[in-house]
Amino acid sequence: MTDLRLDIRSRHAGFTLEIDRTIPLSGVTAIFGPSGAGKSTLLRIIAGFERGAGRVAFGHEVWEDGRRFVPPHRRRVASVFQQPRLFPHLDVRGNLAYAARRARPPGAVEAMIERFGLAPLSARRPETLSGGEAQRVALARALLTAPRLILMDEPLSALDQARRQEILPFIERLRDVAQVPILYVTHSTAEVARLSGQMLTLAAGRVTGFGPTADILAATDVAAREGTEPGSLLTATVTGMTADGLCEIAFSGGTILTPEPLGRPGAAVRLFIRAREVMIARDRPQGISALNILPATVETLAPAGPASADVVLRCGAARLRARITRRSAEALGLAPGVSCHVIVKSVALAQE
Amino acid sequence: MTADLAPLWLTLRLAAVVTALLLVLGTPLAWWLARTRSRLAPAVEAVTALPLVLPPTVLGFYLLLVFNPTAPLGSFWVSLTGQTLTFSFAGLVLASLLYSLPFTVQPLQSAFTTLGRAPLEAAASLGAGPLDAFLTVAAPLAIRGYLTAAVLTFAHTLGEFGVVLMVGGNIPGQTRVISIAIYEEVETLDYVSAHLLSGILLALSFLILLALYVLNARDRGRA
Repeated sequence: MTDLRLDIRSRHAGFTLEIDRTIPLSGVTAIFGPSGAGKSTLLRIIAGFERGAGRVAFGHEVWEDGRRFVPPHRRRVASVFQQPRLFPHLDVRGNLAYAARRARPPGAVEAMIERFGLAPLSARRPETLSGGEAQRVALARALLTAPRLILMDEPLSALDQARRQEILPFIERLRDVAQVPILYVTHSTAEVARLSGQMLTLAAGRVTGFGPTADILAATDVAAREGTEPGSLLTATVTGMTADGLCEIAFSGGTILTPEPLGRPGAAVRLFIRAREVMIARDRPQGISALNILPATVETLAPAGPASADVVLRCGAARLRARITRRSAEALGLAPGVSCHVIVKSVALAQE
Repeated sequence: MTADLAPLWLTLRLAAVVTALLLVLGTPLAWWLARTRSRLAPAVEAVTALPLVLPPTVLGFYLLLVFNPTAPLGSFWVSLTGQTLTFSFAGLVLASLLYSLPFTVQPLQSAFTTLGRAPLEAAASLGAGPLDAFLTVAAPLAIRGYLTAAVLTFAHTLGEFGVVLMVGGNIPGQTRVISIAIYEEVETLDYVSAHLLSGILLALSFLILLALYVLNARDRGRA
């Protein structure tokens, strides 16, 4: 595993980017935060498109410091941008060949065309492609350079919901099969939860958190500060379908049933459960339409706004976050260590 | 009627040589102007644009001083080639390079500016060095700019008169370009020859500009 060492201090319009941190690169590292936090600038510095920021080192290789500067084309870092940035004067195959020719050893264009299902598009001009198709070509093109690191700057944000669902599996395959570490800038919690194993949160040019995605997402204060929906992330396995058509998903805290088929039996899935979708009962409720009632223990209780409270509950080995009113918390006598039941109204695959 | 077409061929040769040289020499200048953040840029831009507003005779006058065999550049040229820059084809080429410079640099500069940094960053992220990225991405994408620059430079050099008159004189086969020939024919009341050469120049200029605007219209239609 390679470390990315950053010691950066640079001024930009509206913020100063100030980061002193080592990021162990493995899988997808989400870089998360509100607009203007410096996420894209950070990627541009790592890519070598901005210089004079400080010190950037990839493993033992110094990319930039006071004296040295490795230009972007020598870093073997691929970038996938929000816009696909395909070359309009080349067709799809030409775009792929452009990257393959410059890689050492040269990349295998045909294999990549097959892997990304691009055969029907290979003779097309970029301007005739849909947004999703173009981004797929851009991913394949990035991979053909045999990069040591892939930088993705909101690669899905210009696409509609359906197209995103088309592209996400390709990014997952990139992560799982190509084994190239990815830095993934986004402000979608859903993408963070689905793709990344670790995340770095930025606000106003500074690091506000870094660690395993589940931990960071579970920390309420991060969610509140970044203005995202608080919730919990669970790793679970689809165990089967019930006779009446419900999808059965097991995690360490029990079994969840959902009317949406979230995956084939045996599939490992990541679930995102919004804090608002979790109710708490002291005794196991009877005569209720909710299907998912699980025993849990209160771990922490913290105010979240003037009338609300966030309750973190332990449910098996997993943590669940519930947002309830302070009045309810008081009425139920919730405190750390109290046993109760959680009612999960709905779950979603960790994606939008 | 024994029309002498030699001035026409000389003019076409001059325009072709100047256009080819300027496209090569103007590229780095236009590239720099399009991408630099230097405080010198406006001054360089102004100098580049000077031939647009200066009377050609003024430019010709200064060039005459610089080309003079007793001046540093002029004498260096004589020691190098044995010929003078004044009243020679080489001098005419050099003068035309300056005279037509803005017609090359401005279309290229605007094409490079329109290009933006996105395609070049994409090329760099795919492993292309700066020259590689320029040749394989920037230049092909700026092809319209190159066409415009070539057409305007060629057409503008065709019609050159004042500068030639000052530094070139009127030496058949060397510096007697079409505009000078027409001027002389009119002076000597040889209207038939003047008509012929003028007609050719008019038709040629129109056709070249027509080609440019047809290309532009097609481009707009596609956009």
